Amino acid sequence: MSGHVSPKTTYYAIFGALMVLTAITVTIAFINLGPLNFPVALGIAILKATLVILFFMHVKHSSQLTKLICGTAFFFLFVLFGLTLSDYLSRGWFVAPGGTAAAGTRVTIGPPAPVAEPAGQTQTTTEPQTAPAR
Amino acid sequence: MPDIVASHADPGDHAHHPALQHHFQTLEQQQEASTLGMWIFLVTEVMFFGGLLMAYLVYRVWYPLAWSEGSLELDIRLGAFNTVVLIGSSLTMALAVRSAQTGAQKATVRWLLLTMALGLTFLVVKFFEYREKYLLHHIPGPNFQFEGPEAPHVQIFLSLYFGLTGLHALHMIVGFSILAVITWMAHRRRFSPEWHTPVELSGLYWHFVDIVWIFLFPLLYLVDRAHHLS
Amino acid sequence: MTTTVLPRVNYLNVRHGVASWLLTKDHKRIGIMYLVVVTIAFFLGGLFATGVRIELTTPQGDFVSADTYNRLFTMHGVFMVFFVLVPVVPAVLGNFVLPLMIGAKDVAFPRLNLLSWYVFVFGFIFTITAMVTGGVDTGWTFYTPYSSSASNSNVMLTGIGVFITGFSSILTGLNFMVTIHRMRAPGLTWFRLPLFVWALYATALVMILATPIIAITIGMMALERALGFGIFDPRLGGDPVLFQHLFWFYSHPAVYIMILPPMGVISEVIACFSRKNVFGYSFVAFSSLAIAVFGFLVWAHHLFVAGISPYSAMVFSFLSFAVAIPSAVKVFNWTATLYQGAIWWRAPMLWVFGFIGLFLIGGLTGLFLASLGLDVHLHDTYFVVAHFHYIMVGGAVMGFFAGLHYWWPKMTGRMYPNWAATTAALLVFFGFNLTFFPQFILGYLGMPRRYHAYSEEFQVLNVLSSAGASILAVGYTLIASYLVFSLFRGQAAGANPWRATGLEWKTESPPIPDNFTETPIVNEGAYKYSEREIEVA
Repeated sequence: MSGHVSPKTTYYAIFGALMVLTAITVTIAFINLGPLNFPVALGIAILKATLVILFFMHVKHSSQLTKLICGTAFFFLFVLFGLTLSDYLSRGWFVAPGGTAAAGTRVTIGPPAPVAEPAGQTQTTTEPQTAPAR
Repeated sequence: MPDIVASHADPGDHAHHPALQHHFQTLEQQQEASTLGMWIFLVTEVMFFGGLLMAYLVYRVWYPLAWSEGSLELDIRLGAFNTVVLIGSSLTMALAVRSAQTGAQKATVRWLLLTMALGLTFLVVKFFEYREKYLLHHIPGPNFQFEGPEAPHVQIFLSLYFGLTGLHALHMIVGFSILAVITWMAHRRRFSPEWHTPVELSGLYWHFVDIVWIFLFPLLYLVDRAHHLS
Repeated sequence: MTTTVLPRVNYLNVRHGVASWLLTKDHKRIGIMYLVVVTIAFFLGGLFATGVRIELTTPQGDFVSADTYNRLFTMHGVFMVFFVLVPVVPAVLGNFVLPLMIGAKDVAFPRLNLLSWYVFVFGFIFTITAMVTGGVDTGWTFYTPYSSSASNSNVMLTGIGVFITGFSSILTGLNFMVTIHRMRAPGLTWFRLPLFVWALYATALVMILATPIIAITIGMMALERALGFGIFDPRLGGDPVLFQHLFWFYSHPAVYIMILPPMGVISEVIACFSRKNVFGYSFVAFSSLAIAVFGFLVWAHHLFVAGISPYSAMVFSFLSFAVAIPSAVKVFNWTATLYQGAIWWRAPMLWVFGFIGLFLIGGLTGLFLASLGLDVHLHDTYFVVAHFHYIMVGGAVMGFFAGLHYWWPKMTGRMYPNWAATTAALLVFFGFNLTFFPQFILGYLGMPRRYHAYSEEFQVLNVLSSAGASILAVGYTLIASYLVFSLFRGQAAGANPWRATGLEWKTESPPIPDNFTETPIVNEGAYKYSEREIEVA
């Protein structure tokens, strides 16, 4: 890994690119792209990070193992993000009779049994999370 | 049973480098091990920040308005300035490593000092940003004050803002201290083209800290500058 | 049995005095030091379990208050999970044996190794402090908002203790990974490695990727508790389930940290005591990696009834079924290893048989819990408690004892009396089943966990369980006794009392400080047992 010595011009060029990308990301932030603002900003950040990783951290000239390690870190990060968001983004897709949206709820077939309830509170199996509906 | 053929007796290798530790066979093996170790450490750091980022992502999805309001409370000029400063410090760090690789001892020291100066600049700006937040009662907790119906959710945004940038600043302080040690070592001519591993490893760490900020800047400062949500 | 003389200079006697231990860089000494701390933690965890089981002999909550009971099971969990199960095989046996197995003088970063022990002890001290100043009552799972807002117990102290200890795990994993990549002896290619090394590698992968998440999660919980930062606070619109997601993102892979190394031990011991190569070596090796990777994809099966979306739950349920497959591959391969082997009934092998049967039951009952419909009924009942104790005690702890009894002669140069070891193994096996099998039935019948009082009809099974626990205690005490006894009066073991393959058996018992007088060169695979070998008593 310590073998390859990059020329100074490479470093200056990458720095220049990073400055340009920073300017772009700030400028675009003021333009209304609606839902695209977030992915665009993230995409530019990913590009910048990639440049730092490949050139400043010499990964481009490093061993396969180093590249694998880099990839592994991001892979598991995306596992965390992806699978957790799979919960959050799919909440509310399913609403059981009685109003709950959660997994693991007993659902009865047929009309709910009449129950004497105080003060007009609806009796349901719980709405466990307190998040406001999105 | 595995056929064991005795190898020649271990180095009493008289030419071995003073930095070679006795449980390694060669300096190259030691350097590869050290570098691998630093990369693996950086993987743990990615996951460490990852937890906070996960919380950020979930709540950004849930509370886009609050995210917009909270982000607009941050000073984009200071954030952008800090971004330039930190990326600049990555450049100077890379040049410091290069100087160490080529044995340019004085240049190594100068580039390292410049890196430290830029890092310090970043931290000073951060201090002023935090101070302003403190004065505006934007620090989450019992003294938090914010106008509007989104206030509770903005508090979550700001909790994550302080969590993420605070953790980042902590890493910068540690990095700064490490660089101080490395700079001293460079000053004392401890490094050579054959062995300058501490400089390389510090460089990797410093670049990582830079990369974290490359993500934090748009995630925290650039959420809704076009005001299409609020 | 031949008596051989202990080598004159070995890692134990090369230097004397407390300082020579506390400042050592020798992985073998560090392994022993971990063993000491883990044993203390095991004793403490057992003490809490005793409190729990005494309370549960009667249906009424009459031994301790509900509040105290909460502290008892919490501290039991905290000590057992973080200070016993996670470190016991990697940091004790792994530290000792790994460099020997790969023909190295030490791990890649010996000073980091010592640091990780100190970090471990430091975290342990924090947690013990939390214990003696009142304990924690949140459950070892620290769920918010109880832990971050409502609980008035020592959450912060315990959280800090666990946070610190996590770094010990990370450093050990880092060290092992670099060691395995870079310190192997000449000729020792990946597919010539003993399977214990593969297991440690997979474990290191999990330690490195998962542990930082629990660290930051505890950090967030602590910030919420201490400074009022709202991240999981429902009053601010936060989601307590997010804490659960983050907590289990570590804690599920953590259980693979706990089981992978013992599985590696089983591979080593079963080969030696069947006098046979492990069947399907590469399948077993890859299954370790598969378990490590798949183990990251299943965590939300702990959240099935917490309020996650049913679609997400289905995905996690499917993945939880999938993760059982590589474990099953191992069990099949071990069984095939036994087939037409020459079984040598010694203590390590008894633990192996115990492991395979009990891990099987534990693993299969995990599938019951992975099934969404069943989990609705079984979640938070004693069925879950029984399931994970079958894996953790029936699996991991027995795997540890297999390894301890296998490598004890190497570590100490002494042999323990086989009759005592056999008795202890049988006692533990019997006591374990008596303790935990009734709990499957209790869970099925609906007895909830973490309650200090229960319905009358559950009493008989609870009494059986508590009786089993007392037998377990006797068994463990017996093990400690004869092992300590062996240090003073045990027969000298010699370099290779089990006539096992493996580089660690090529050097003396106890090994010299640098492990080998000359670096070995390897030119064949592991487990080259001659099939016509007949065991000699």
